[in-house]
Amino acid sequence: MPRGGLRIPFLHGIWGFVVRRTLLGLFTLFLVSLIVFAATQALPGDPARAILGRSATPEALAALRQQLHLGQPVVQQYTHWLGGILTGDLGHSLAAGEPVTTLIGKRVENSAFLMLLAALVSVPLSIILGSVAARRRDTPFDHATSLALLALAALPEFVIAIALVVLFATTVFHALPAVSLIPPEDPPWKHLNELVLPVTALVLAVSPYIARITRASMVEVLESDYVEMARLKGLREGSVLWRHALPNAIAPAIQVIALNLAYLAGGIVVVEFVFGYPGIGGAFVDAVANRDLPVVQALAILIAGAYVLLNLLADVATILVIPRLRTSIK
Amino acid sequence: MSQPAAAAPPIGAVARRRRQRPLVLLLRRSLRQTRTKLGVALVLLLVGTAVIGPVFAPHAPAEFVGAPYAHPSSTALLGTDNLGRDVLSRFLWGGRSILGLSAAATAIGLLLGVSIGLFAAYSRGLLDDALMRGMDVILAFPSIVLALVAVATVGPKLWLLVLVVGLTTMPRVARVTRGASLEIVERDYVHAAQAMGEPRRKILIGEILPNVTSPLLVEASLRLTYSIGLIAGLSFLGFGLQPPAADWGLMINENRQGLTIQPWGVVMPVIAIALLTIGTSLIGDGVARASAGIERGSAE
Repeated sequence: MPRGGLRIPFLHGIWGFVVRRTLLGLFTLFLVSLIVFAATQALPGDPARAILGRSATPEALAALRQQLHLGQPVVQQYTHWLGGILTGDLGHSLAAGEPVTTLIGKRVENSAFLMLLAALVSVPLSIILGSVAARRRDTPFDHATSLALLALAALPEFVIAIALVVLFATTVFHALPAVSLIPPEDPPWKHLNELVLPVTALVLAVSPYIARITRASMVEVLESDYVEMARLKGLREGSVLWRHALPNAIAPAIQVIALNLAYLAGGIVVVEFVFGYPGIGGAFVDAVANRDLPVVQALAILIAGAYVLLNLLADVATILVIPRLRTSIK
Repeated sequence: MSQPAAAAPPIGAVARRRRQRPLVLLLRRSLRQTRTKLGVALVLLLVGTAVIGPVFAPHAPAEFVGAPYAHPSSTALLGTDNLGRDVLSRFLWGGRSILGLSAAATAIGLLLGVSIGLFAAYSRGLLDDALMRGMDVILAFPSIVLALVAVATVGPKLWLLVLVVGLTTMPRVARVTRGASLEIVERDYVHAAQAMGEPRRKILIGEILPNVTSPLLVEASLRLTYSIGLIAGLSFLGFGLQPPAADWGLMINENRQGLTIQPWGVVMPVIAIALLTIGTSLIGDGVARASAGIERGSAE
């Protein structure tokens, strides 16, 4: 760790990077909001008619146009909508007639808990699996896990989720609930039994990538001189693997880990739908089916926002963990 | 005078053969691996089922043959579905749509992504930056979210699914193409072609593209795997083919409620989609390994 005179410019470099990266993230979010807005509201033709269909009454059309501010110029519509989002006003659901914030408040909490659990299980599990596979490189264990992870990575989430339902909830065993019934008044952690299958589905969907990158990174580290040195010093193999090699192998994997946690934000859409889990993913699918555009817009921005944020954290974490990257920052 | 003219065609022929050889070598080496063979076998099996399956279907896909969720019997070998239609027939009919749609989506994604990637790598500078930042914005959405936003706006149209899945495929293909091309753009033969005044389109397609085929081949199989998953997932959510069409994704959703009584309507399409995606990704992995092997071999 460099000290003294070098320290301040180094900090400068990192903070400069963090600020630049944050600004880039915000800019991306701005573009994302433009796309969501353009796709859902600024389309050619009459969005009100597109939503309500041909049989809509003129009164209903007029009311919806009013609600979506369709009378205003497009730029004004956009700033109005964006201003609403920034001040926590996500608009009104067309289907339920309620503010979007009331509809999704509890669901955000449920989804966040689901993602958190999936992350807490998948990250350590896949790092251990990847490390052990690297340690036993080219053994039958390594070949078997490599093939299993490849197959698992190929499967779409909904196939994994349905297979879990078939295996553990309906056809083969009846061990776990097939549907996650969580009463709206309860916090999700009171219903852990209902969470087992959705969490497992998400873990199986993201772990293969993390395990494979950990293995690749670990294989490289295990061939390095300092690992050789640690072994020559007579350290136990466990100590070499977990204390000396792993911290160095983790660094390149962090970006992939965070990318996959960001991927959870998309993965919850299908998994929540399969299990009827009361989160934002399920709500998103329902809103799309009902063509409830204000809810679709709000949830798309929310999910994309979580995705951008996690990517940002990944970049910053990678820089913080790998000191030698700092020198390459201008 | 006549001698150089006679010598010219062989030179052209040698150059052309040299250009094609790496790809042939790569495919041959890939096929030597067990996983690639397994992948090809799985894909052939599923594509075969989807393409010629309807010929063997005992019933029409929308024909009612019994009570809903009836157990397997001699009239319906795999039982009936939620409305009393033959599961086996619907299964045999239901693969075409997923295969066709995901192949089309991947093709669009590859076409757009390769064009953008080549163009960005060749142009450099501001245009390169602008194009790749544009790709990043698309990557800022999880693909399924982008697809669902489009469906919410336009409605569940098949052309829309193909287009949106193609668009979400494009950025990663563009990145891979650009990454691989950056180094090729600097090669002498590209400079030579430029000096000879060859048009840009010819340089991109004739000089650069043939040299980035192996990373592209790996990426293409990876993208096909994801397209299949995404298309099947969207039709599972009810935004693909609409009832009464027979479609693997849709079948899973329709028969979910009856899983405890009659699982075949769900199990068959789930197995089919699983084997298909595993097959395409095994092929991709085999090609990637073969390509890494060739690179290592040539470096030594």
